Amino acid sequence: MSGHGDFQPQNKYLQWFERRLPVLGLMHSSFVAYPTPRNLNYWWTFGGILTVMLMVQIVSGVVLVMHFTPTAAGAFDSVEHIMRDVNYGWLLRYIHANGGSMFFLAVYIHIFRGLYYGSYKEPREVLWILGVILFLLMMATAFMGYVLPWGQMSFWAATVITNLFSAIPLVGQSIVTWLWGGYAVDEPTLMRFFSLHYLLPFVIFGVVLLHVWALHVVGQNNPTGIDVKSDKDTVPFTPYATAKDNFALICFFILFAWFVFYIPNYLGHPDNYIPANPLQTPPHIVPEWYFLPFYAILRAIPSKLGGVVAMFASIAVLVFVPWLDTSKVRSARYRPLYKQFFWILLLTCIGLGYLGSKPPEGIYVISARILTAYYFLHFLVILPLLGFIENPKPLPASISESVLKKTKGGAPAAAGAVRSPDRNG
Amino acid sequence: MATTAETTRRDFLYIATAAVGAVGAAATLWPLIHQMNPDASVLALASADVDLTPIAEGQIVTIKWRGKPVFISHRSQKEIEEARATPLAELPDPQPDQARVKEGHDQWLVQIGVCTHLGCVPLGHQGDYDGWFCPCHGSHYDTSGRIRKGPAPLNLEIPPYVFLSDTSVRIG
Repeated sequence: MSGHGDFQPQNKYLQWFERRLPVLGLMHSSFVAYPTPRNLNYWWTFGGILTVMLMVQIVSGVVLVMHFTPTAAGAFDSVEHIMRDVNYGWLLRYIHANGGSMFFLAVYIHIFRGLYYGSYKEPREVLWILGVILFLLMMATAFMGYVLPWGQMSFWAATVITNLFSAIPLVGQSIVTWLWGGYAVDEPTLMRFFSLHYLLPFVIFGVVLLHVWALHVVGQNNPTGIDVKSDKDTVPFTPYATAKDNFALICFFILFAWFVFYIPNYLGHPDNYIPANPLQTPPHIVPEWYFLPFYAILRAIPSKLGGVVAMFASIAVLVFVPWLDTSKVRSARYRPLYKQFFWILLLTCIGLGYLGSKPPEGIYVISARILTAYYFLHFLVILPLLGFIENPKPLPASISESVLKKTKGGAPAAAGAVRSPDRNG
Repeated sequence: MATTAETTRRDFLYIATAAVGAVGAAATLWPLIHQMNPDASVLALASADVDLTPIAEGQIVTIKWRGKPVFISHRSQKEIEEARATPLAELPDPQPDQARVKEGHDQWLVQIGVCTHLGCVPLGHQGDYDGWFCPCHGSHYDTSGRIRKGPAPLNLEIPPYVFLSDTSVRIG
């Protein structure tokens, strides 16, 4: 989305159109001629994968709506109708339900990629914050979508999550009543969630455009974390990035298809095939896997308001990461200490996810408290301190130098100050 | 325009236009917000009459009132004594058992069956205090429905209700 360059279509009708709306030039400069760092590895393909997943969710969602009834009496039955009667309804619903999980898998990889390679650092702060906003919008959309089938898990997830707002002092209960449109989760709640679940993906699409725009203004980060210095450091987006993105996308879709066709209910809960019953909470309720770490944080704090604040803070802290990280070096490749803490953080998040799926008692609660404390310690203490105490490895002079050094055979890089990067991108 | 530092007639017009616009926007926004609050059909006060004769001692019955479960428990003498023997200082939300029942009907405990943490329905005759246990996040309530342990901040709520006779209550 940088300048339109001097792109000129061959066809004279297209030339006529281009003079009036230069959209082809915009596409060409953004997705064909756009220079991308030549050393991007496969962790950089998840932005493209996420864009495609958004499309998959919108298309499958729009057609599911053609058969869905957003009423308390009809929602559950209409989902069963989709599964049994509608042509390929089972396929569309399994794509949409597992597509949500795949979307989150991709976004978590994308976020941790950013954390590892310091993609949030100057000048990419706004790009990063737009990403955090996208993550929040995704969470809201996924949550409301999960409520729509109106099974037991849908109903009680809606109850628990909306009740988070009741922790707000003074106005909490009024806000919850307002969200529900009644004194309990009921049909008004279902219908407004349906409306918003349809709206939010298009809001996400809009923010994605801003995210891509911001990316194209500041340029992509890369595994070395150093800036592009000359044309030798880049290759054109097409064919290089398009081919790599497409290959990664196909691999990702194989995983997606495995879930859809072989284990479509693996990530769901059997209780959601029981119609919603406002008088009975299932004995063990847990959210979908992608919310489990946050759920563990919520339950780790032995106070209602405290738990809710900690849960929201665990996401809000990401907004401040560009300023909490005081190191001048972007990539963890050249940050020996940060690299270790990065992996500890990743394990902490996975551990929190595991604890979120366990009942809130005994050793699970204590472990969740320790990991929650460590999660915040990482961002609020370790990250700022590392910039001062860490002694980064020497950076290569340029992207092209780091790439060419690596391809010069197995022998250690000649005398130069540059050590060969630890991992093959 | 910006050549003079004085307040001009034009500045006044800008501010006045913006002010009218802001009031208009707020007035337009309010119906869009308020439509989400409970509507007339939800607000129409519902009350539920419950016959207590079939509820045996030690039994807890759940009825639905305003879309929420209401627990009506017929407490045993042991459960009442357990609740009354608890020192108030031990309670996160101190309230004597007597304040949670109607005088002369000490065996009948009527409460909204919604955990004050995040709204799940607690399970009866469970937990460390022989009262209720919430399976969602592990809150324990005693035989008086008072919070004893876990993340819930308050005791189970008591709905407005009256005894129509010794064997019948009206909730709401």
